[in-house]
Amino acid sequence: MSDPILSIKDLGKRYRLRTSARHNTLRDQLAEGFRRLVRRPAPETVHSPAEVEFWALRGVNCSIEEGEILGVIGRNGAGKSTLLKLLSQITEPTEGEIRIRGRIASLLEVGTGFHPELSGRENIYLNGAILGMSKSEISRKFDEIVAFAEVEKFLDTPVKRYSSGMYVRLAFAVAAHLEPEILIIDEVLAVGDAAFQQKCLGRMKEVGKSGRTVIFVSHNMSIVQSLCHRCLVMQGGRLIADAPVSEAVEIYLRDSSASNAFNQTPKRTDKPALVSGNLDPTDDGIRIRLGITSENRRSVAVDLRLADRTGIPVGFGSLGTLDSRSMVELAPGTNFVSFSFSTRALATGSYYISIDLTLPFSEYYDRCENCLQFENIRPAADGATRLVAQSWGYGSVELPLKRELDQLNITEFSSR
Amino acid sequence: MNSRTPQTPERVIRPARGLVPIDFAELWRYRELFLFLSWRDILIRYKQTALGIAWAVLQPLLNTFVFVLVFDKLGNFDSKGAPYAVMALAGLIPWQFFANALGESSNSLVASSNMVTKIYFPRLIIPASAVLSGVVDLLVSLMILAVTMLWFGLPFRWSLLGLPLFLLIAFSAAFAAGVWLSALNVNYRDVKYVVPFFTRMGIYLSPVGYLSTLILDKFGPGVHFLYCLNPMVGVIDGFRWCILGDAFQPNLQGLAASGIATMLLLVTGMFYFRSTEKTFADVI
Repeated sequence: MSDPILSIKDLGKRYRLRTSARHNTLRDQLAEGFRRLVRRPAPETVHSPAEVEFWALRGVNCSIEEGEILGVIGRNGAGKSTLLKLLSQITEPTEGEIRIRGRIASLLEVGTGFHPELSGRENIYLNGAILGMSKSEISRKFDEIVAFAEVEKFLDTPVKRYSSGMYVRLAFAVAAHLEPEILIIDEVLAVGDAAFQQKCLGRMKEVGKSGRTVIFVSHNMSIVQSLCHRCLVMQGGRLIADAPVSEAVEIYLRDSSASNAFNQTPKRTDKPALVSGNLDPTDDGIRIRLGITSENRRSVAVDLRLADRTGIPVGFGSLGTLDSRSMVELAPGTNFVSFSFSTRALATGSYYISIDLTLPFSEYYDRCENCLQFENIRPAADGATRLVAQSWGYGSVELPLKRELDQLNITEFSSR
Repeated sequence: MNSRTPQTPERVIRPARGLVPIDFAELWRYRELFLFLSWRDILIRYKQTALGIAWAVLQPLLNTFVFVLVFDKLGNFDSKGAPYAVMALAGLIPWQFFANALGESSNSLVASSNMVTKIYFPRLIIPASAVLSGVVDLLVSLMILAVTMLWFGLPFRWSLLGLPLFLLIAFSAAFAAGVWLSALNVNYRDVKYVVPFFTRMGIYLSPVGYLSTLILDKFGPGVHFLYCLNPMVGVIDGFRWCILGDAFQPNLQGLAASGIATMLLLVTGMFYFRSTEKTFADVI
């Protein structure tokens, strides 16, 4: 027990980026080789100017005890994915070392190796084998997997005919039945509808309780907080904190670049994508303007999740999820959507806003975690001298108590 | 609940230096995945085709038909008394297997980039399973060969028992070339254009439609030796020898040269693959 199940020492990974595809064909290599032969001695340029080096990860030290559930958080590009790829041996470190005691399985994505032409049954076996299960292990758990995924009726249908929800459920179900000693998970909970997400979360907690070691990467602070006790915070390829989860989340949110605006390049999908957002104060609240691109005419729900400075969810609001009449109709191209909400009931302090684009309870299109931030400062209500502040630790909503019936002059107790 | 014993060996991941050895123990541990991937390739090969597995029958049949027409009917080829159709089929079957395996395996890594960037397993099993999946087609075409032999009233000789040996060489040659080309394809997508060219030329640079002894007779031993470095020369000669008997006994030095060339290609290919394997996920 004294030895950590996994330890990382001075780990680093360097990538060489080529600014152009200049050396990428055999012809260029041959031409280069020929040039070297002719001009002797070869002018040894160590790095051609077209080459840029960068460290995706550097100087990471950490150790994980058996049975621990460790969270890893950080912005995009902070090095989380690189760390996971190194741990799961997908790519090799440039320096440093990792010591592992036990079987490791990584879930960097659900449904890796799924083939659209194959049936659900065939894909369970294939995907199980790819994730490292033996054939007998898969056969043993087959019924459990099918029941978990709720796809009994479609077992012999090619998965290309599945709805995206079914596909994802099946994929997660296989993954959820892995039993390695160390499990590495990257954001896979970000799938499926809300009910299935809850089910996945429950399964994850079970895994954690069974004494397995889990390394869990996510953008979703509330999930991280509910699953992990200890958490790493990454920034710019370095480990900036290794702390209890509440502390880590605060560090992450404080250091994050969240502000009153964001811009992001859309992922290469044909789904609607969030490309920009900004936030302005109004008289009694906040107005948000989002840029959403879409390839075709489509209606989406825009969900807003509000979290306090420690990442604890405070509230939820939506155009469409609660009332389908208010769904946003997108036209092909870039659309701008504006909406506002009141912050009068909120305690003072900073808040983080996450935006999701969804088809309610069936599909996620795009999301942006904690991408907007605002500081709730407002004058106290008429005549009051104080405001509830988040820092009191009493929560984030100020409940306006309304006075009802008073009973005065009951003096017997006090005089006794 | 916890299966970890105190003796669980510690694994260390650190940057590899120098020549990377081939980890046979690890390959053995992943044998099930290897079979699963081949099984997948077999399942999907003829999915959503109208003719399905009939393609495996049609390809060698149509090819043989063309060869008979061109070499036998138009060219009056001297096939040493054996039916030309059987002789051609004995060349076409291993060639077709090799060409298909080469096409599939050289593209296999890039086609599995999704897996390569998300999951760890010894990458060697990807081109290997692509080659193995071609064995089903090979078996189908061997049945066609049997039927053709019956049709022409050819005897089934004891020497047919030697076929598996040459099949093994064909498999090794396809795997060796597949290992080289799939690893190269990760870095240089030129491979995609080279392979079809390679297989189209190869059918003439291998004794598919003719006999390898012709090369010895026409161009002399020097050219013949170079010619025999093509692994498929030995395989095809061996096939004919097994099927048609001693009249088709190949030049033994040529056979040895083919075998040695295959081994060399295989060993260098595995080492090249291993040394580039660690960067696949970054480059692919």
